[in-house]
Amino acid sequence: MRVLIIIPAFNEEGNIKSVIKSIREASLDFDIIVINDCSTDDTETVAKSLNVDVISLPLNLGIGGAVQTGFQYAYNNNYDIAIQIDGDGQHNPKYIKELIGPLSKGDADVVNGSRFIDKKGFQSKFFRRLGIRFFQLLINILVRCNITDSTSGFRAYNAKAIELLKDRYPIDFPEPEAIIILKKRKFRIIEVPVEMENRTAGISSISTFKSIYYMVKVTISIIVEFLRSNNG
Amino acid sequence: MDRIQIVLIVVSVLFILFVLRLTKKNKLREGYSLIWFFLGFIILFFSVFRGLIDPLAAFVGIKVAPFIIIPFLIFVTFLLGMHFSIIISKLSEENKKLIQEVALLKNRIEKFEIGSNSKE
Repeated sequence: MRVLIIIPAFNEEGNIKSVIKSIREASLDFDIIVINDCSTDDTETVAKSLNVDVISLPLNLGIGGAVQTGFQYAYNNNYDIAIQIDGDGQHNPKYIKELIGPLSKGDADVVNGSRFIDKKGFQSKFFRRLGIRFFQLLINILVRCNITDSTSGFRAYNAKAIELLKDRYPIDFPEPEAIIILKKRKFRIIEVPVEMENRTAGISSISTFKSIYYMVKVTISIIVEFLRSNNG
Repeated sequence: MDRIQIVLIVVSVLFILFVLRLTKKNKLREGYSLIWFFLGFIILFFSVFRGLIDPLAAFVGIKVAPFIIIPFLIFVTFLLGMHFSIIISKLSEENKKLIQEVALLKNRIEKFEIGSNSKE
């Protein structure tokens, strides 16, 4: 079973080292690819100094475009499983094994790491949680699937899901919308409990200033994606 | 024929010739020039057949005929805005694909180079 760990990173020189270290400390002998989303800092050099393969986008695409590049790489190199883990250190790599478990048993096509099942670790701010609750409800109504943490970017995908998402993945705020894309095509998505930390360095890609825009944009995207034909 | 009519005819003919020239010089793609030709010919048409404005305005329900220009302009502006949004969306999708392809190829080339250097 060939597993690829995709780490999208934009200006994460302060975090990327510890992320890669903790992946290796979790004694995971998987290939790692850092997708450097045109960082203006030393993310690329830091990652390369740790002997990690780096794909550097010549222009900034945003998280969705970066992760999609990882899917394309995974597809081109025939990986069986792709893990998506944030480059900012908020996802604890010790849960990667838990994410892979259901895929290797063939119980699911996509495994989503949720911080709200065991309610351990960083639980996010109240309004963020409220927003995630709203998406949970919306997704449940549209595609009959209970996803407690639809904004989680800590996921594992099998080859079938990689093949779909390499061509079709939203550019910004992609995670909740991707659930609809997958679920409409009858992919089996399950959640496993994970712990997330608060960010250690740098700033989150979603500031308070942007959160209303985020909610509106993601809600519209979810509904439009639901209405879209599967081939279109 | 009124003076304003002559002015409008001259202006719209010049406009159409200008669009034609841009298209010929490949500064404007044929597909994108259509909307501008369409606009030019509409203005030309109503400058020549000025009498048609009154029944048209009456049909739409506008009492003072020249005011028909206002909803017309709003409509055209909206249409153009949509037209550009569609083109920009298409371009950014294509742009994304190119960026990803370039990044993947760059990564492959680097690996080939490392491979061939280590053989030497």
